[in-house]
Amino acid sequence: MAAPPLKYKPNPKAPRQALPLLDAHVRAHSADEVALGFTPEQVSVEAQRCLQCAKPTCVEACPLHIDIKRFIARLAEGEFQSAHDVISEQSPFPGVCGRVCQHELFCEDACIVGRKWDPVAIGSLERFAADHARLRMKELAASYPKPTGPKVALVGSGPASLIAAYDLVRWNYQVTIFEALHKLGGVLAYGIPNFRLPREILREEIARLQNMGVEFVVDFIAGKTATLKELMEEGYQAIFIGTGAGLPHMMGIPGENLVGVYTANEFLTRINLMEAFKFPDAPTPVRIGKRTIVVGGGNSAMDAARWANRMGSETTILYRRGRVELKARLEEIEHAEEEGIKFEFLAAPVALYGDENGYVKEIECIRMELGEPDESGRRAPVPIEASRHRIPVDTVVAAIGQAPNPTLQKVTPQLITRRGRILIDEQGETSMPRVYAGGDVVRGGSTVILAMKDGRAAAKAIHDTLSSTPEVQ
Amino acid sequence: MMNRVLAKRELAPLVTLLEVEAPRIQRRWKAGQFIIIRPLESSERIPLTIVDSDPVRQSITMVIQAIGKTTREAVSLEPQALMCDLVGPLGEPATMTTGKNVVCMAGGVGVAELLPVAKAFHEAGNRVVALCGARSDNYRILDTELQAAVDELHWATDDGTYGFHGNVVQLLQSLAGPDTFQEGHVIGPIPMMKAAAEATRGWNMKLHASLNPVMIDGTGMCGGCRVTVGNEVKFACVDGPEFDAHLVDFDELTRRNRAYREMEQEALAHKCRVGLDVR
Ligand SMILES: Cc1cc2nc3c(=O)[nH]c(=O)nc-3n(C[C@H](O)[C@H](O)[C@H](O)COP(=O)(O)OP(=O)(O)OC[C@H]3O[C@@H](n4cnc5c(N)ncnc54)[C@H](O)[C@@H]3O)c2cc1C
Ligand SMILES: Cc1cc2nc3c(=O)[nH]c(=O)nc-3n(C[C@H](O)[C@H](O)[C@H](O)COP(=O)(O)OP(=O)(O)OC[C@H]3O[C@@H](n4cnc5c(N)ncnc54)[C@H](O)[C@@H]3O)c2cc1C
Ligand code: SF4
Ligand code: FES
Repeated sequence: MAAPPLKYKPNPKAPRQALPLLDAHVRAHSADEVALGFTPEQVSVEAQRCLQCAKPTCVEACPLHIDIKRFIARLAEGEFQSAHDVISEQSPFPGVCGRVCQHELFCEDACIVGRKWDPVAIGSLERFAADHARLRMKELAASYPKPTGPKVALVGSGPASLIAAYDLVRWNYQVTIFEALHKLGGVLAYGIPNFRLPREILREEIARLQNMGVEFVVDFIAGKTATLKELMEEGYQAIFIGTGAGLPHMMGIPGENLVGVYTANEFLTRINLMEAFKFPDAPTPVRIGKRTIVVGGGNSAMDAARWANRMGSETTILYRRGRVELKARLEEIEHAEEEGIKFEFLAAPVALYGDENGYVKEIECIRMELGEPDESGRRAPVPIEASRHRIPVDTVVAAIGQAPNPTLQKVTPQLITRRGRILIDEQGETSMPRVYAGGDVVRGGSTVILAMKDGRAAAKAIHDTLSSTPEVQ
Repeated sequence: MMNRVLAKRELAPLVTLLEVEAPRIQRRWKAGQFIIIRPLESSERIPLTIVDSDPVRQSITMVIQAIGKTTREAVSLEPQALMCDLVGPLGEPATMTTGKNVVCMAGGVGVAELLPVAKAFHEAGNRVVALCGARSDNYRILDTELQAAVDELHWATDDGTYGFHGNVVQLLQSLAGPDTFQEGHVIGPIPMMKAAAEATRGWNMKLHASLNPVMIDGTGMCGGCRVTVGNEVKFACVDGPEFDAHLVDFDELTRRNRAYREMEQEALAHKCRVGLDVR
């Protein structure tokens, strides 16, 4: 069937619309969201930049295969609600993904317009469609009947499990998500700050799953509260492990246990999950002194630095490679720079020194030069011995990466792992029958959208297996 | 998950026993493991040792010393109230052995935390001597339960109002020498655990200390609970809470546990000001 003719003429030459932002001076002291979102006028211009390609490469590039072309057409026509409906066919999380997905690596990288001009701002359009539909969330779910199919358990409530739940519940499975913490969302809840992803957006998109009949059990640690075997015995026909990569790497330098030295996970958990930015109105404190140094160059480093800065600390990011090697989302790097965070490239910490009470007070650094490419293809930093120097500091945050949390694996020796990561086959199945895995626990540190891709693939594999197994129907 | 409080009993001034419904934890826990609770929606997450359980009532028991904001919130919960969050069992079970002379030492609220471990040692076929400390006679807790659980129980009180006049480590030194015990377990305030480690260094005895660093998630995710044991960094919530007492850097633990002291006092004062204090 041929697509109906367009009601407008695409105009890719129009300038890519800039996402309105909260003023850098205001946000330097605020937990409020930095990006304000497109205005309807901007949406009209931006959506009409899309060529409505016959073969939309963006849809192919999106790991969830959201029908980008079609939802953009709806937006261009001013049909904002129906744009959200189009996205919902593939994803119930446009509010989350519109904010934190690395569009520049996926759909926007593939966009045809980008070959000649700036690519269509797909992420910001997705976000607009989500924000517009927020008021309709409850009604969206009300039409779903209670699922009655086989029981499936999803371990961890990060993006991998969340998307798997969405697919499985639509196929009528009785889905339960088991989460170790007291709040849902995985890194979206404890790692990514409110100023990038307001918690009500996350809550509402998760609530949509709840309304569809997905059950959530918090305060449940698989492997501790119950084993996978026990879950199977309780009638779960398949299990998906989406426990993420929550084990922080330590710097391994002297002085690492001084007071005032945090892993990014602890620092961000205190502030995001326990809301230490409201202390003493929230009960959990965090120690932020006058000067903060954050070590690392990924999303965690940006997030930690931007929080420290917001809480009034003069903040520097110390990274052992150069600016082009930073691994965070481009937008976050730019926002960090605008907010006045300093960057020290080609430098690494070698030791920390404390005062007589054990509080960190100085960091010793060393300069690096870039040598031969390493196994990641990036030029490996080599220390320049003569360059050691000390800098006064009150708070140090180590954001140098993380590995899968070994808790479940430790009590489940049947799960084969390599360097802590759970091994899976093409279907996403682990070495245990009917136990699947995906997201960061399989990939190590990765991204929200790749975790979702894995969750979706596992849901499909679970469905294929269970729907062809007569005794579970 | 909401968990119902089934019973509450004051054991000594500021020390309260809470029995809380927790069917899954009740089934799986082992001596030495702990839970993390958030008494109220607005509370911090704090770790507490599992002291006992009841398969019929599907419950676990904890004993709480109300020393700060969250512990006070916990003991303010009345029977039938719902505890906002309770997760576990966390950490590794206490190291067990069999056929040995074992000394179990505890002070203050640690006496409650010691009870399941002492019991487990006894049930595993060891001869168990418990040395327990309290500030004064009326601060002694769980005496009957301990009597029933071990071969020998001795008390030390700081003021001499009951049993040995002095602390637990002095009591140990008065009763035992390098070859009296082959294995030991100690739990309590850091200075006491440190003193116990020092007193037994060079004895022919392994001593396990159950550590109490500040914790947040309790799942190995944050590293806030890290301790140094024999020059290695360990996460107490997943690698512990029990470690070789002779290898633990107690001074570092003391410093790390003091990190938030002023802020905790501020939190307590803050709530008082706005009138939400729970006694
Ligand atoms: C600070 C930070 C910022 C980031 N920013 C971005 C970004 O902007 N864009 C982007 O694309 N990616 C970002 N990432 C990466 C991204 O968040 C992760 O790749 C993604 O969240 C992985 O999803 P997941 O579902 O595999 O696991 P997670 O999101 O890690 O969730 C795992 C969940 O499982 C729970 N769990 C663990 N063990 C158990 C158990 N035994 N039983 C029950 N529950 C368990 C954990 O508590 C957690 O809630 C960021 C990461 C961090 C740390
Ligand atoms: C594995 C483990 C098991 C525990 N088991 C028990 C138990 O069974 N019963 C019990 O009463 N307590 C136990 N604790 C200690 C308990 O967790 C703390 O007392 C509690 O976190 C204090 O919280 P708060 O908000 O009431 O006090 P805060 O306001 O946080 O602190 C009040 C005062 O206590 C000190 N303090 C804070 N944390 C600790 C700590 N972890 N240890 C010692 N002093 C601390 C502070 O420096 C401050 O001076 C355990 C701790 C751990 C790590
Ligand atoms: S590739 Fe770009 S121009 Fe083509 S449909 Fe997708 S967003 Fe539109
Ligand atoms: S409490 Fe967070 S790792 Fe132990």
